[in-house]
Amino acid sequence: MEPGILDFERPIEQLENRVAELSRFSSTENIDLSDEINRLKERVIALKTNIFTNLTPWQKAQVARYSRRPLLSDYLPRLFTNFIELQGDRLFGDDLAIAAGLAKLDGETVAIIGHRKGKDTKSNLAVNFGMPHPEGYRKACRIMKLAEKFHLPLLTFIDTPGAYPGLGAEERGQAEAIAVNLAVLSSLRVPVIVVILGEGGSGGALAIGVGDRLLMLSNAIYSVASPEACAAILWKDRAKVEDAARALALTAQDMLRLKIIDEIIEEPLGGAHRDYDLITGRVKGSILKHLEELKKIDVEQLVQQRYERFRKIGEFEEVS
Amino acid sequence: MAWFRKPQYGTISPDSRRQDIPGGLWVKCTACGDLVYRKDWEASLKVCPNCNYYSRLGARERLDLVLDHNSFKEYDANLTPVDFLNFTDSVPYKDRLTKAQENTGFMDACLTGEGRLSGHLVAIGALDFFFMGGSMGSVVGEKITRLIEQAAAKHSPLIIISASGGARMQEGVVSLMQMAKTSAAIARFSQTGGLYLSVLTDPATGGVMASFASLGDIIIAEEDALIGFAGPRVIEQTIRQKLPGGFQKADFVLEHGLIDMVVKRSELRDRLAKLLEMLT
Ligand SMILES: [Zn+2]
Repeated sequence: MEPGILDFERPIEQLENRVAELSRFSSTENIDLSDEINRLKERVIALKTNIFTNLTPWQKAQVARYSRRPLLSDYLPRLFTNFIELQGDRLFGDDLAIAAGLAKLDGETVAIIGHRKGKDTKSNLAVNFGMPHPEGYRKACRIMKLAEKFHLPLLTFIDTPGAYPGLGAEERGQAEAIAVNLAVLSSLRVPVIVVILGEGGSGGALAIGVGDRLLMLSNAIYSVASPEACAAILWKDRAKVEDAARALALTAQDMLRLKIIDEIIEEPLGGAHRDYDLITGRVKGSILKHLEELKKIDVEQLVQQRYERFRKIGEFEEVS
Repeated sequence: MAWFRKPQYGTISPDSRRQDIPGGLWVKCTACGDLVYRKDWEASLKVCPNCNYYSRLGARERLDLVLDHNSFKEYDANLTPVDFLNFTDSVPYKDRLTKAQENTGFMDACLTGEGRLSGHLVAIGALDFFFMGGSMGSVVGEKITRLIEQAAAKHSPLIIISASGGARMQEGVVSLMQMAKTSAAIARFSQTGGLYLSVLTDPATGGVMASFASLGDIIIAEEDALIGFAGPRVIEQTIRQKLPGGFQKADFVLEHGLIDMVVKRSELRDRLAKLLEMLT
């Protein structure tokens, strides 16, 4: 059994292996097993449906962070042509945890900012597990302003455990870097579409997450704190991640209910990792649809609507 | 070098330092253990005369410290938090709120309004660390945003005195979004030429620091305050080593170019007054 496979995916994996075995056997031995194989394939679908329509919030968090899940590097070549990466914050360095650049989306130039995760330990170390430093957010800020100057729609892609909590990050002003991005994005004079691909980790996600449309994959999560951190702080027990994930209301379905996002992009049966082309196609379709709508809105109105969108988020009572 | 006398990072538990202060004639300093005559301690604005340790102040004390006597007019005192996620951890959010409301006398973790500072009319807010660690949920986010909008409408300078451990987890992602909401309001206010003085007091961390508290035209830190994005414990767990002495303290963030100045508690009012005089 491959390490790192999700517990609740194991029965699916086992059944799929059985299908593969039978297919191999049937072709090498030249025996017709198609009835048996088709029956098993139907069972795979039934099993996937059963497991993936009943995922707990914590299981969704695990899917959102899954090593097999498509990453920004998988989306870029499928969504765009001619991606040109732009690097550096012109102040300190280049943070690989944030990818930024220009690309063509169906012939139209767009600006892109996204978190970059790796597929394995080695590639993850290179991008700091998708946890940006201030220079990453400042590079992002540079691209935001570039998009505004050249009237390019800005597309951002969220997939991060959070902004990096380390010595250098503090010394160079992590909080300020995030705060400035919130301010800049809130009044940026071009359409901004935010796609939450996997993990939306707190301020580190929000720093590129203020936009006119927020789209979210059906197994992605968005949270004020990771379930682990929340369990440690509030329950004083790291083992309470299931409870913390449920309490935090971090699923895409919660985000829609709380009116944080505009649309859920449905993942293929069994999760986005089952079919990269299918999910990227759906993401592209959704981006194009919303971009068409946003391009029709006058820029003053666009900025005003974006302000009001965030202005009205909050649950409180006014007693008299 | 006050931090050498203050080895513990007790910044995230609001109650711990209060408990050490009995209600009698004498006050025991949490840092040096000295017994200080209460009147002396209060005269020195709750800074230990012996070791210069800064005890935390509540929002009301903060405003009293800088505003002209009896000049404060509160805004939005009727905004109250709701437990819209039915959030229950080791203690239900509802119970945490009730307890904090009883302890502080406030509905939530900030006080906003207008007042006069050395004669200048200002829109002013203060966060209260004694109310759930000064955490920002919907009420704090809404009150701060309304305060900023009032400052814009009245063309008055804005002063926000922050003390916060970060976002309020019990309100989930809605509390995270208050960072965007308040920052957007500051951006608008700034674009219309408004003056915003941000005052950072112990501790200024997390979502408050990664939003409006970092966006001041001028950022002033109180002496010895802890200032940063992540809390010291989170950083220590991440890097798996002890933090160097003074890390994230006011002098440290000043040296790293992140703030304009560090002031003593006793000098804050005069410094604000001078800045208002020069910039308005
Ligand atoms: Zn003392």
